[in-house]
Amino acid sequence: MDIQRLISMANQIGDFYESYPNQSHAQKDIAEHINKFWALSMRKQISEYVNQQSGTGIHAQVQNAIKTHILL
Amino acid sequence: MDDIKYSSTHHQHEHSRTNYDDQLDYGTPASNSDVQVTLMIDDREITVPEGTSIMRASIMAGINVPKLCATDSLEPFGSCRLCVVEIEGRRGYPASCTTPVAEGLKVHTQTPKLADIRRGTMELYISDHPLDCLTCATNGDCELQDMAGAVGLREVRYGYEGENHLKAAKDESNPYFTFDPSKCIVCSRCVRACEETQGTFALTISGRGFESKVAAGVTDFMNSECVSCGACVQACPTATLIEKTVIDHGVPEHSVTTTCAYCGVGCSFDAEMKGEEVIRMVPNKNGGANHGHSCVKGRFAWGYATHKDRITTPMIRKSIHDEWQQVSWDEAFSYAASEITRIQAKYGKASVGGITSSRCTNEEVYVVQKLVRAVFGVNNVDTCARVCHSPTGYGLKQTIGESAGTQTFDSVMQSDVIFVIGANPTDGHPVFASQMKRRLREGAKLIIADPRAIDLVNSPHVKADHHLKLQPGTNVALISAIAHVIVTEGLVNEAFVKERCEWDSFVEWRDFVALPQNSPEVLGLAMGVPAEELRAAARLYATGGNAAIYYGLGVTEHSQGSTMVMGIANLAMATANIGREGVGVNPLRGQNNVQGSCDMGSMPHEYPGYRHVSDEATRTLFEGAWGRPLSNDPGLRIPNMLDNAIEGSFKAIYCVGEDIVQSDPNTQHVTHALENMECVIVQDLFLNETAMFAHVFFPGASFLEKSGTFTNAERRISPVRRVMTPKNGMEDWEVTAKFSNALGYPMEYKHASEIMDEVASLTPTFKGVSFQKLDELGSIQWPCNDEMPTGTPTMHIDEFVRGKGKFFVTQYVATTEKVTPKFPLILTTGRILSQYNVGAQTRRTKNVAWHSEDIVEIHPHDAAERGISEGDWVGIASRAGETVLRVKITERVQPGVIYTTFHHPESGANVITTDNSDWATNCPEFKVTAVQVTRVNQLSDWQQHYQTFSEAQLAFAGQDLEAAKID
Repeated sequence: MDIQRLISMANQIGDFYESYPNQSHAQKDIAEHINKFWALSMRKQISEYVNQQSGTGIHAQVQNAIKTHILL
Repeated sequence: MDDIKYSSTHHQHEHSRTNYDDQLDYGTPASNSDVQVTLMIDDREITVPEGTSIMRASIMAGINVPKLCATDSLEPFGSCRLCVVEIEGRRGYPASCTTPVAEGLKVHTQTPKLADIRRGTMELYISDHPLDCLTCATNGDCELQDMAGAVGLREVRYGYEGENHLKAAKDESNPYFTFDPSKCIVCSRCVRACEETQGTFALTISGRGFESKVAAGVTDFMNSECVSCGACVQACPTATLIEKTVIDHGVPEHSVTTTCAYCGVGCSFDAEMKGEEVIRMVPNKNGGANHGHSCVKGRFAWGYATHKDRITTPMIRKSIHDEWQQVSWDEAFSYAASEITRIQAKYGKASVGGITSSRCTNEEVYVVQKLVRAVFGVNNVDTCARVCHSPTGYGLKQTIGESAGTQTFDSVMQSDVIFVIGANPTDGHPVFASQMKRRLREGAKLIIADPRAIDLVNSPHVKADHHLKLQPGTNVALISAIAHVIVTEGLVNEAFVKERCEWDSFVEWRDFVALPQNSPEVLGLAMGVPAEELRAAARLYATGGNAAIYYGLGVTEHSQGSTMVMGIANLAMATANIGREGVGVNPLRGQNNVQGSCDMGSMPHEYPGYRHVSDEATRTLFEGAWGRPLSNDPGLRIPNMLDNAIEGSFKAIYCVGEDIVQSDPNTQHVTHALENMECVIVQDLFLNETAMFAHVFFPGASFLEKSGTFTNAERRISPVRRVMTPKNGMEDWEVTAKFSNALGYPMEYKHASEIMDEVASLTPTFKGVSFQKLDELGSIQWPCNDEMPTGTPTMHIDEFVRGKGKFFVTQYVATTEKVTPKFPLILTTGRILSQYNVGAQTRRTKNVAWHSEDIVEIHPHDAAERGISEGDWVGIASRAGETVLRVKITERVQPGVIYTTFHHPESGANVITTDNSDWATNCPEFKVTAVQVTRVNQLSDWQQHYQTFSEAQLAFAGQDLEAAKID
């Protein structure tokens, strides 16, 4: 899938959790959302983009969520 | 029926006579009083609730008092003078419809004097009525005729020579019914039905005395305010207002109760038949959702079921540039199965998927998702709720624990404040809107949040107390600002929150919304709504008594759709407006079975009953029942499937009852994706827009040709009953089952009821549901299980389904779809009353008399700036595409905002909408598209291409072309 689409979807999820006071919780929630609603192929693609490419364009908090909590 | 329960308990000897008969007209509405009154009517003692009319009490006692102007759907009027009675100790001859019962009364309904009065009255009626009973359309089904018989009218002494109305001209302007004033007895039932039942006030009695006549507007029905709901036709006791189908075919001979296949109200109808032909659809008085009311779609727009465009033979082709080849069902199944097998072998399991529709029955949706999960072996199944109410499912599950509305429709009759957000009930959910308007006329307050002035803002006897005319895309600003007022002005019901909700989540939410950045003064600027108006609306919602929120796609179809749904649930929890009658969170579902299709597990991440595919116990349960290994990985959603198709990894789709080319955003993206697929299988009544890109066509059956169930917006499961043989030869669930057989996985159901039995055995919330119980109860609101064997009208009463309610912080994030100098206006989309969704059904009925093309509404300022006049063709361009529509200049929309509908494919409304979507569910942001509008004098490139393409495609299927043209 077009990586730009996945980047903007991931950032939108990040935006929702941006105002949560407990940001370590928020990170888990972001990853949990992706784990629950994204197909494996999409999770693999975004994870590869973050871990093996630069992750450019993805908010830092979302990148951390993907690095730490995403299920593959 | 309270009155009946009492009679049968306390007066066993009256039981047989007072048992409620749902086919009987009791003349006046039931009384809900708890106080019981006993009286004598003729020789019978009867006990009824205080406030019951003598007429109703008589009919309950089995005594038929003659009547003409009375019917139990309307308040008594007392004009016909046929229902007069004598009461011992009282003078005169009071009308039994307007005289309430009293303790110890002795009433006589049949005396020589009464007979005389009635005969005299009838004689006057008949002296000005045509004597053409034998050739009259309602011969045998006419209350006037019945009453003439009942009172023993034998002669009319006045003759027929004098002045009369017998030559009055018929009004045949309405496509579905005729108004023949020569047969009118001016009983006002139609006028009162228009007022009380429908709430439109289109009919009046004009003139006085002999000149009195029923008038629809100044000229005729079609040029009046009439919305063609049929309430007047239903109420008319003569042949004055009568369905044209009855004039053409005569009175029906049998009737089957079924459920309307249009909107999410889910009205119950009696399909009145002659053999296998529907003569008329009459709203069922005992329908749980509609109580005998209807709208122009359900009542009249069913002719599509027998339309000549129906495709009834299966077809296949190798390429979409080839002609279709008609084949046998077996050939079609085997070809489709071989393609799925070939494609999965070549491109992998995940290269195929299925889409169900909110127009499918529960049973159809269930077998499609079963096919995809168990036979295709993937969770790539989605449904059209993706593009409408997926944020409702997500948001309500997160906050209160169940992906469904919390109330019954009847609950609105207990509401003191009605808050309508992003919904247009009079157009989208007309029968419920009539009930809502009834409550508003009784004095409930009304808050409307909508960028456009919908009819409810100001209509006869209904006026919004607050119309928050917000900018499209600023809903979350609205809900946060209202929450700010509720929190900072101390209007939270903390006791409720402490008892029922997760306190920590509440504190997080409270502290967030209390921030100055969430005040109406700050957020009001983004919305374009004055802070004071927001504050007043918030106070009214929080303190006005029972407050209920009703919302529609104006909430969900945004990039923050899910956030807004959670924000709505936050408000209801914070103010304790949830968990009882009169309050709640009420998503108005667009189509008939949005709720049901979601309940049946048609989303890629969950099984029936909203259980996640990764849940071990649920998966084991379904693996056991279905005998196939199942994936624990969420599948692709519709937009993901399309994106993958464009990229090349998604190659085949089985699309049942849904038309993604017309209904999904960014049409060119959708068609490009379909062109990239190797096998598109469409199952539908018609060669719809998606079928033009298909390789296999399975003909579908209409709702009149199959058995099953629909679940409406209030979780009400209602039976759909087969009244005619499917023209295509089989019901839709059978098509899916046979397709499955061809793929080597036998589905051996013999009847739709067996599918529901399987659903019930695997889904706790449906455990107690069966066709047999539906036959007994009429309809059932889920959850229906051992604890609630007859269903659950109101949810979350003592506890939320998730245990404690959870608050979510709702940060307003402006959409990326911003106005720019290039695209300075915002386009928002909606629906109109006479057309339904993609219009495939309603465009094939006479409903086109009301809406034959999609029109774009534009504010006078924006029009003047661009030199646009009423009726001009304008080009509407967005970053996704361009289309051309005709203009209507109106102040209903605000400056900077334009509005249109998407009921006609050639309009290309979705050529302009973009790929932006909700953060949680990918529900498209249909409601916000930045556009420019310019005067043009020819169709857009897309439209010209569409004309050529669709003409060719129709020709490939041997159909003619007139449908595909604008001019």
